[in-house]
Amino acid sequence: MNNESFKGYKGIALETLKKFDAKIWSDVEIETKETVFTGIILPRSETADEFHIVLKLPTGYNIGIAASKIKDIKINGRKEAHYKIPEKEFPYDPKKPRVKLFGTGGTIASRLDYRTGAVIPAFSPGELYGSVPELADICNLETEKLYGVFSENMGPEQWIGTAKKVAEEIEKGVQGIVIGHGTDTMHHTAAILSFMIQESPVPIVMVGSQRSSDRPSSDAALNLIHSVKTAAESDIAEIMVCMFGPTSDVYGLLHRGTRVRKMHSSYRSTFRTIGDIPIAMVDREKITPLRNDYKKRRSDKKVILKPFFEERVGIVYYYPNMHPDIIYSMIDNGYKGIVIAGTGLGHVNKPLYPALKKCQENNIAVYMTVQTLWGYVQMYVYDTGRDMMELGVVPAANMLPEVAYVKLGWALGQTNDLEEVKKIMLTPIAGEITEREPSNGYLIYQGGIPEVEEFISKYKK
Amino acid sequence: MSIYDQFNFKPFQAMTEDDYHFIGFKSGLEVHQQLMTEKKLFCRCPAGRYSDYYNAEILRHMRPTLSELGEYDGTALMEFKTKKEIIYRINYDTVCTYEMDDTPPFEMNEQALDIAIEIAMLLNANIVDEIHISRKQYLDGSIPTGFQRTAIVSVGGWIPFKDRKINIIQMSIEEDSCREFSDVGHQRVYLTDRLGMPLIETVTAPEMLTPFEVADVNNILRKLVRTTHKVRTGIGAAREDVNVSVIGGTRIEIKGVHRIVRIPLLTYNEARRQWRLLQLRDELNRRGITENTFSAYYTEVTKLLRNTSYQPIYNAIKSGEIVNCVTLRNFKNLLRWETQTGTYFSKELSDRVRVIACLTSLPNIIHSDSPSESLLSSEWQHIKKFVGATEDDSIVLVWGNKEDAETGAKEIIIRAKEATIGIPSETRQALRDGTTGFERILPGPQRMYPDTDLPPKKISQERIQIIREKLPVQFWNYEKWFKQLQLPENLIQELACSKYTKVFEKAVTQLKVNPKLTAVVLIEYPKKLKKKKLDIAKLTPEIMLELLTAHSEGQFVKDAFLPIMENIIKIGHFSKQNLPKPLTRFELGKKVDNILKNYNDLKINKPEKKIDIYTGIIMNQLRGTVEGQQVKTLLTMIFNGD
Repeated sequence: MNNESFKGYKGIALETLKKFDAKIWSDVEIETKETVFTGIILPRSETADEFHIVLKLPTGYNIGIAASKIKDIKINGRKEAHYKIPEKEFPYDPKKPRVKLFGTGGTIASRLDYRTGAVIPAFSPGELYGSVPELADICNLETEKLYGVFSENMGPEQWIGTAKKVAEEIEKGVQGIVIGHGTDTMHHTAAILSFMIQESPVPIVMVGSQRSSDRPSSDAALNLIHSVKTAAESDIAEIMVCMFGPTSDVYGLLHRGTRVRKMHSSYRSTFRTIGDIPIAMVDREKITPLRNDYKKRRSDKKVILKPFFEERVGIVYYYPNMHPDIIYSMIDNGYKGIVIAGTGLGHVNKPLYPALKKCQENNIAVYMTVQTLWGYVQMYVYDTGRDMMELGVVPAANMLPEVAYVKLGWALGQTNDLEEVKKIMLTPIAGEITEREPSNGYLIYQGGIPEVEEFISKYKK
Repeated sequence: MSIYDQFNFKPFQAMTEDDYHFIGFKSGLEVHQQLMTEKKLFCRCPAGRYSDYYNAEILRHMRPTLSELGEYDGTALMEFKTKKEIIYRINYDTVCTYEMDDTPPFEMNEQALDIAIEIAMLLNANIVDEIHISRKQYLDGSIPTGFQRTAIVSVGGWIPFKDRKINIIQMSIEEDSCREFSDVGHQRVYLTDRLGMPLIETVTAPEMLTPFEVADVNNILRKLVRTTHKVRTGIGAAREDVNVSVIGGTRIEIKGVHRIVRIPLLTYNEARRQWRLLQLRDELNRRGITENTFSAYYTEVTKLLRNTSYQPIYNAIKSGEIVNCVTLRNFKNLLRWETQTGTYFSKELSDRVRVIACLTSLPNIIHSDSPSESLLSSEWQHIKKFVGATEDDSIVLVWGNKEDAETGAKEIIIRAKEATIGIPSETRQALRDGTTGFERILPGPQRMYPDTDLPPKKISQERIQIIREKLPVQFWNYEKWFKQLQLPENLIQELACSKYTKVFEKAVTQLKVNPKLTAVVLIEYPKKLKKKKLDIAKLTPEIMLELLTAHSEGQFVKDAFLPIMENIIKIGHFSKQNLPKPLTRFELGKKVDNILKNYNDLKINKPEKKIDIYTGIIMNQLRGTVEGQQVKTLLTMIFNGD
């Protein structure tokens, strides 16, 4: 019997459905010991138990009926769901710029999945126009699905593939590129693309959504509008992350790909520029630069592509009482590079020193970053820092740990010569290391303080 | 001859049951009742704390999304047309990041679910085996997520009414919405304190056949949930949506009725509106206007009205707005067609323009069927000629910024065309004068979507068993029993819904206390004490049972109930010490002798009343330590020289 006909059901629930030949989407009357239910049999989430059958009532509500109670199922017809956003061809206007939207997955375009009961990514060009028609006022949009993965499943293969596709598109002469991406690891991808794709003549904008697009309050539509507008109209030829500024539907922020980080597990305004200020603000009407030291748009189609990555690289998040065996294990497993997120200015405990020494002997690149996220590594202040530098640990200035991780992978993908690697690591390529930290690069408002509350009450944040 | 020609609506008071039967009046209820829980349904914010104060505001917009079956909901699309900016006022004490839709839901409040299951049992309903949380779309912004989390707890059920049963369709548990603060132009402001509080929605079948039956059934449902003593009371704690239809009509939902007494007039007016709209359809058909032959268009007429003396339009044009003129072919005089008491068909058009085009300052339209109230007749003639309208047509003017005036004109045409079909499915607001106004298109099952944030929840048999053991008896069953016990009529209803029902049951059946006395002690005495501004909440069922037990054991006489209860409130518990001890026969005899001595020279005019008078005097001094009957018996013996 076809499994699709009883999708998600198992055990007694499956037996019961089979007994009455009641396939999913059947319009049925189910008789139990107590009463009769009318509705449509829905597929069941595979993670749910084997004892219940899901019924959609005529009012649109779903309920679960215990299979053991069912005496009879009468089938009156069938109504299958066709979950499809009305697809409309994206209108073409020769006067508008051409923007390419790549899809990698994530909740920017998502719909219901019965397998997991959660949202899975879906991506089709016409669907996007069907749900966000405003995009046609901005540009001629072309879309291409590269991957359909949750953001935690993005990795070197996808990074390299995406970088190549982007470069290809630039060489064809596009005015801007948007990359739809799950938000969890968007800052990892933004960082690695900042190293793999250099000197882009056009904006490359990464975008996602914190509330999936299957809900009316989703931030997906506005994020898309902001990002497409940035790609089509802005003169910022950098790799950026475009997500909500405040939680309100007011404006988005354009963050530099190497300085941005997801800072809240669920807030809309989760992405923040760390240790610096964002490049610009964007709303439906305009793009407002907050600084002018960004790389400007050019009219050529030249781009430098460096699609390299060494996978044997890892991050070690230091904690008090860490034992050296973690480092030894990495050495034994053939790791070529380690980024440490150290405490304070960049420290780990003494028991780790022998392990670090062994790294040095084994020609493993070890870089120090700070788990405070804000601020520079400074290993001269205390003796312990100097000791570690003796053991070959290289301070990575104010590179964010995740950025240092992808950069080290990228550097080791190009050379095994640690001196060469060090040169690559410590030479800023896309703002991952800054010479100075402006004091407004570190602003975390403390709620409750009168002046902060006054500010909050004045603006829709 | 159409059925609609055979009956003309009478005034509210003159309508009879037969009249309602003739028009096929049918009504059902959706009763929303807040549950008494400490915290909200899907987060741990406190429930029931209301305040207009706010610390911050956030701004959102809503977009329609697809239903589970892949369809857009009509209401959702309508709300999207309004392009509203939604502002939420946030008070840190009552709202967290969940209500703001910046954090996924936490697990459902178990206390709330238990109360809902308890009420389902009282409704004689079938409790579902597994609860599936759904998202019910609300694009009006009343919930920041754009949907309400809601789940069916039970299906079916019934309550007794007159000599029949009223069936219950379903009952769901859901989170409450925001309170609307204002709605002007393209901006709507909400307060968020109520948001997320647990409530249940009980839906009855459309089986009430007159407006008064709707109110009566609503009262039964309200009483029933209150017998759990786990629901909120007070303003806004219970809110009704009332569905009304007549023969050939459409189910219309009247939203947000706060007071049951208003239901009869509202449902009468809604039935009348439907009847009148169906008569209007007949009239249109007589004029040859059907869905297919309906003809209307709109034209911009701003330049014709630059110098008008009609202020609203003059001011609009001056501030750069435009005026559109809608021509409705062959509609002459139909905009003056009365639909509700003192309300005309033109209001149906104006309502749509107000809600959908967001032209909220009234009047927002004027029309040629009521020409004298606005423009000069020369201006009307001029416009008619310009747009090519004939004497048989009606024209309607709508003004506003270009976009809104256009939406407005289109909506007028849509609504006028709907008149040729019948009654559009709508939800309507209850207005103060007992009429209703358009609120939005009636949403369908398309607006339901499974909640992907929370898994289904099994309701175990053990859980049901535990709740069933403590379930109050349905009040109508108590009422039957109380009648058999011949309790006073005025106590029956109150006692049946009181928190002391179980105490009463025990006292009467096990302790053998007199039923009437028990009812008075449990219902009348607390009221007396409340009048003294005493906190009668301290008289818990447990304490009252202790008290009645002590009485049944002869520890104090019935007259002592009231002072003892007063003392309980003062000291916070029932104490067997310091109880006024009942007098022994010997003590009583001695006391009575002493009192009688003091009243030796009392003149009695009516000797037959002698015993009553002396009983009164003695009781005044000994009340609480002896029963009146005992004194009377003693005096009879003394005076009659036995």
